[in-house]
Amino acid sequence: RKIIFEKQWFYLDNAIGHIYGTTFEVTSGGNLQPKQEVEDTTTETKEAGTDNRNIVDDGKSQKLTHDDIKALKDKGIKGQEIVQQLIENSTTFRDKTEFAQDKYIKKKKKKYEAVITIVRPSTRILSTMYYAREPGKINHLRYDTLAQMLTLGNVRAGNKMMVMETCSGLVLGAVMERMGGYGSIIQMYPGGGPVRAATSCFGFPKHFFDNLHEFPLSKVDSLLSGTFSTETLPSEPEDNTLVEEESNGLLDEKQTCPQETEEESTTEAAMELNQTEEQETMDMNAEDVEFKENKEKENKENVREKQRKQWERRKKLIETAALLQEKNADGLIVASKFHPTPLLLSLLEFVAPSRPFVVYCQYKEPLLECYTKLRERGGVINLKLSETWLRNYQV
Amino acid sequence: MSFVQYGDTVKDGDTAIVFLGHESMFPVKVQHGTVTQTKYGVIRHSTDLIGKRYGSKVTCSKGGWVFILHPTPELWTMNLPHRTQILYSTDISIITMMLELKPGSIVCESGTGSGSLSHALIRTVAPTGHLYTVEFHQQRAEKAREEFQEHGVEHLVTVTNQDVCKNGFGVSNIADAVFLDIPSPWEAIGHAKSALKAEGGRICSFSPCIEQVQRTCLAMEECGFTEINTLEILLRVYNVRTISLQIPDLGRAAEGNSSTGFDSSNPSSQGSPCSDLQQGTVQFKSGVPLREMVGHTGYLTFATKS
Repeated sequence: RKIIFEKQWFYLDNAIGHIYGTTFEVTSGGNLQPKQEVEDTTTETKEAGTDNRNIVDDGKSQKLTHDDIKALKDKGIKGQEIVQQLIENSTTFRDKTEFAQDKYIKKKKKKYEAVITIVRPSTRILSTMYYAREPGKINHLRYDTLAQMLTLGNVRAGNKMMVMETCSGLVLGAVMERMGGYGSIIQMYPGGGPVRAATSCFGFPKHFFDNLHEFPLSKVDSLLSGTFSTETLPSEPEDNTLVEEESNGLLDEKQTCPQETEEESTTEAAMELNQTEEQETMDMNAEDVEFKENKEKENKENVREKQRKQWERRKKLIETAALLQEKNADGLIVASKFHPTPLLLSLLEFVAPSRPFVVYCQYKEPLLECYTKLRERGGVINLKLSETWLRNYQV
Repeated sequence: MSFVQYGDTVKDGDTAIVFLGHESMFPVKVQHGTVTQTKYGVIRHSTDLIGKRYGSKVTCSKGGWVFILHPTPELWTMNLPHRTQILYSTDISIITMMLELKPGSIVCESGTGSGSLSHALIRTVAPTGHLYTVEFHQQRAEKAREEFQEHGVEHLVTVTNQDVCKNGFGVSNIADAVFLDIPSPWEAIGHAKSALKAEGGRICSFSPCIEQVQRTCLAMEECGFTEINTLEILLRVYNVRTISLQIPDLGRAAEGNSSTGFDSSNPSSQGSPCSDLQQGTVQFKSGVPLREMVGHTGYLTFATKS
């Protein structure tokens, strides 16, 4: 399968079998070759200037033209060679300071040398990537904030955690990673079903999902007031709808979970469709009796399958409701696009005493209100509103 | 109770946290027959604590009350007895995530200090991981061992009393992550490398001074570490306050038109500050920064062994 990423494209086939952390070079044709460790040729004292007072940026310092470079690329010359050529044909290179030279080389390497390293996914990598590339999908949750949430929420193996997030499943994945498959998680979700696009990127083993439950927010009120019933299930899109994330190189797998914006259920619609299909086959001329009978059987099976799935869902819902009604969750994590106050006031009911909870909001004002309402509600101590400032240093 | 698992009720031998009020807590070792003095009176462990549900109110002899809380590494960090300067939860959080720690991880740490980070690491790697922590000060190493024992986590941690710069961590090629909080971390980088597993291990060094960071980064590069990255994380805490600001008196226009700005005849829309023009003030909720400046703890340098 072709992967497109930051103007590079390649096939991953050759990567299979290598250990994580291996660096590959992209050769012509998009194939990956393990990169050889190259001795740093520039270990002799380089000729360099002291400052840039005499360097004039007139756009004429590079002697190679666009066409020259294209010709080099077409000849199949390695990226390293191209960079070397660029350096040799630059009139100002030796006047630059060492720092400027490094910066120049780094920039050219990024453009012409196609080198990739394949690494194992982790919260660290996924949260930094999501924040850099798709912050809108995670409510602009910065990775250091996520780190705080995991620690302050005491997320660890053996807990019974409640998670309410609309961050494409990134927060859920982070919680799952810190729980290591031990304990249980109940994910609360708005609408028809939870979005777990990011969760699948972590590559968790199957058993991690055994104790992952979900519960619709739309049923929370009824659960709290004691009027819970499974009669009206929230609309759920067809299980095998394939929704692909926009190709930005971030996600490789096809998502089987629907995006939260998808609306109406197709379950009922599908059932209707099956029934009309049945009608049609019965009206058809019985040219191929076998074919007709198979089709009927198939339709009946589809209907049975749907009914079985519905029953499964009902059963799971009742189980999860029971788990919630124990009101002994070990913690609550909230990171969503919704106003936090109503969420907290209702979801806190399910949390046991002497347990931490953490709420993230992209904006400060809703949290001010939330803080005040929680104080009024009582039964909450050590409330703290904070944010972290992260700064990277160039050493 | 356990530092690595929640329990419902207070038991004899537990370490619990007594919460008195805003920012006022202390740890207590629960024991039959013992009493604890608080400003609200006496707490008798046998009758007031043992058997009570964590999170309950406990009434003291003078009539005032406190809450008894289940310990967590975060609460412990805020209340532990300091034997050295400690790391706080803000730094601990980013360290945990950047080192990719999770249940089953093997971590090496030096120096142990007062055990603030140690407790957090143990919590994260439990139940299948392990912490190897090295402390060159003999008494501190002993005290750490005692505390881990008291807190029921001794099976998850090994305390070694030696100098990590000379003798390393005592293990090789098995660690998923190494953490250094020592005066001269560049001297321990080589040992860190040998403690780490063959590929993909993470390292972190914490240093207050940038000069230390420079030397450490150089040592990391020389040892073949990649993805070297230095950062700093600061915590800003906000106080939630209702603020009243006065409306200035700008006088009246000669014709008697109402002055520009706040017009009392406009109905307040939802969310706009409530205007009390009789007294000329506007009220709103604000998050007020807690302190003048946010303190610097140290620089965190991360890298990967490849």
